[in-house]
Amino acid sequence: MATQVTTDLRGTRQGSQWARTASVLQRQGVLIVLLAVFVLGVLRYGENFYSSFNLWELLRNNAYFGLIALGMTFVIMTGGIDLSVGSVVAMSAVVAARLSPDGIYVATAGAVLAGLAAGLINGGIIARFRVQPFIVTLAMLLAARGMALILSDNATYPVDFRSSFIDIGQREIGPVPLPVVIVIIAYLLGSIVLNFTRFGRHVLAMGGNEEAARLAGLPIWRVILGVYAISGALAGLAGAILAALSYSASPISAVGWELSAIAAVVVGGTLLTGGLGSVGTTLVGVLLIGLIFNVLNFERGRGTFELNVYWENVIRGVFLLVVIILQSRLARRSLGQR
Amino acid sequence: MTDTVPDRDLLLRMEEITKGFPGVIALAGAQLRVARGEVHALVGQNGAGKSTLMKILNGAYRRDGGTIVFDGQPVDFHSTQQAQASGVSTIFQEINLVPYRSVAENIFLGREPRRLGFIDWPRMNQQAREILEGLNVHVDVRQPLMNLNVALQQMVAIARAVSFETKLVIMDEPTSSLDEREVETLFSVIRGLKASGVSVIFITHRLDELYVVCDRVTIMRDGRTVDERPMGEIGKLELVARMLGKELGEVRRAGATGFAERGRQATDHPLLEAEGLTRGRALQGADVTVRPGEIVGLAGLLGSGRTEVARAVFGADQIEDGEIRYQGQRRRFRSPAEAIRAGIGFSSEDRKVDGIIPHLSVRENLTLAALPVLSRAGVVDRERQREIVDRFIDRLGIKTAGPEQKIRELSGGNQQKVLLARWLCLNPKLLILDEPTRGIDVGAKAEIQRLIDELADDGLGVLMISSEIEELTEGSDRVVVLRDGKTVAEIDHDAINQDTIMTAMAHGDSEPAVQPEP
Repeated sequence: MATQVTTDLRGTRQGSQWARTASVLQRQGVLIVLLAVFVLGVLRYGENFYSSFNLWELLRNNAYFGLIALGMTFVIMTGGIDLSVGSVVAMSAVVAARLSPDGIYVATAGAVLAGLAAGLINGGIIARFRVQPFIVTLAMLLAARGMALILSDNATYPVDFRSSFIDIGQREIGPVPLPVVIVIIAYLLGSIVLNFTRFGRHVLAMGGNEEAARLAGLPIWRVILGVYAISGALAGLAGAILAALSYSASPISAVGWELSAIAAVVVGGTLLTGGLGSVGTTLVGVLLIGLIFNVLNFERGRGTFELNVYWENVIRGVFLLVVIILQSRLARRSLGQR
Repeated sequence: MTDTVPDRDLLLRMEEITKGFPGVIALAGAQLRVARGEVHALVGQNGAGKSTLMKILNGAYRRDGGTIVFDGQPVDFHSTQQAQASGVSTIFQEINLVPYRSVAENIFLGREPRRLGFIDWPRMNQQAREILEGLNVHVDVRQPLMNLNVALQQMVAIARAVSFETKLVIMDEPTSSLDEREVETLFSVIRGLKASGVSVIFITHRLDELYVVCDRVTIMRDGRTVDERPMGEIGKLELVARMLGKELGEVRRAGATGFAERGRQATDHPLLEAEGLTRGRALQGADVTVRPGEIVGLAGLLGSGRTEVARAVFGADQIEDGEIRYQGQRRRFRSPAEAIRAGIGFSSEDRKVDGIIPHLSVRENLTLAALPVLSRAGVVDRERQREIVDRFIDRLGIKTAGPEQKIRELSGGNQQKVLLARWLCLNPKLLILDEPTRGIDVGAKAEIQRLIDELADDGLGVLMISSEIEELTEGSDRVVVLRDGKTVAEIDHDAINQDTIMTAMAHGDSEPAVQPEP
């Protein structure tokens, strides 16, 4: 074969300068913004802002978002969506509260299993009947909320605060709160699963081109079942932490959390259409959203503006939309308008 | 049919293959025989059954009848995976890989090498590199597939196929999205495969490519194999004639279509003049002129850019270069809506996909494009709508139980008439018809052709794309022939016959070649 051809084959598509910039922004942008917001906060609010208490508090209070966002990352990478996580958190929190007298292991395991069950039902139905994920998980959103209300008798269920269960939310290992440790371990495991197991690669392959994945003989249904099971189980764990942190489980808590999780995933650069994403940047996305609301709290504290708590939801909604629009534009540029 | 290869050298023998779909017979006794280490061309018109035959071979479809012997064994593949495991791989027209994932991952998708349950990235990348180097392709296997150009992506697909210990690779239109240099690259890989004893079935609509890379050719028409020859023994013109089912120099028959004798003098002022239309690889300098009252036939093999010309004129695709003058003025329609406002209608090739809306009534389908004209402040003037619908049902002789009948219940010919009426009720000046009589029974076909005739007589300019030679020879006042996105010939009425059209389609000019090319 001619050497000429050999040289020709080295060529790859050269993106424009802008395309490359867009690609970097899409992948690293969130980290840059996170640092910028942090620096801004430090400059504006000084010591209060970066004092250890506030930062660890920020991490602790975002631990449950971190967990459900991790599960959501896997689901979205397959091109799916899990709208049920908020309700599953509430249901699992009630389960954990009911089991709290039996100690940390039983209560936590109970919550995780409750979440896992919900996730398996979601994934099973989606894989078996090929129904749109948003419909299936929307139904689960309703069903899990109902289960939460039934299990708690439509009242806030108190956690047994003498029980070791409280530790899951309150204990600290050195200076680090246990929920934060759990989140860090979960993300490490998630990253390993995504990058070093067939399951993880198949999640991305399926989201990138389901038909190609099918033709390659990948076990599509196992991938679907897997991601929803992970999402459900992590929502269960988040429920346990929520119950322990608030000493009680309210059946009407965690409303709309699925949107916060989706926002974090998208902010983190994972494509909503699936196929492209990373676990680490989702965590950065969670922290960024948490930080932004922290900044808003500081501003409110300084009396810059009067902000009704309900406005937070409006801001979250607008923020999510803005981010998705920005991200899809960046993605289109970096992929060369394909 | 001549036996050009002794049986013992055959890798694949498919015989008397039949396959039907509800309402259609796709294959009626097709035959394909591929020798070991040969590059075998499979050609035929659209709908000849090539794709169906290949899908039966690679396990995507099950056959109704016939035998397949592969590598000495009778086979009946139930899935593409099974075919792949037995040594039959397919490179699909649309590259079936995962764009965001790395080159190495795409090659090993589903069979990733592992160590202790975890993916062994170094080994996977190393093996991917080795396979690609075996094909003389040198790329960074860790980069995402989408960073590669289309040709290299195709190489990756081939590398994946080869990594399965493939004996036969099916390539369905692998060159349709490649530029010339990329095609050359692909060919060198194909020659490499051949040298290592792998057989290739090569499907393309670009005739030149067949002669460059193929050893033998099987020609299909209407679900049957009509010829099998060594590539060197059949000239391009004969190949085209066999594909179309015409004899060389066949006398022009009269009256096979519903068209009356054409050739009237059209006015001198052109309605549409398009020059040098360029868009990607599909259009590379296409010219076409239509005058009022004239039917211009647009001929060319599949992939020659016929539909692309229509879409460019209609504003459905934006051209990169070239000029369009409409009614004497330079225009470039940015959307179909603009073209429609200017008086252009476009009836597309695939009625089912982008023509009819099956669940809506004849009335709604017919007036779909006219709704802006028929409504005031967003409310449709039902009375005027009704009047227009009745008029066209009557004028075009649409056989329907009434305006409220669902269009999907109508026959193909009547659906086509409704679509024609959809444009006619806008009083267009230029009507572009892409395959106006495809899939319509003979009687309705003649009726539609007569209708087109009458419309032109009334002063409408018609640009008619057709794969049917008779439709072009008998229906057109002029024929413009496209080849590889370029206008290669413009045949005046007196010179229109099957030979001139086929010669231009095959060779690029309308002078009949004295000798068939090698």
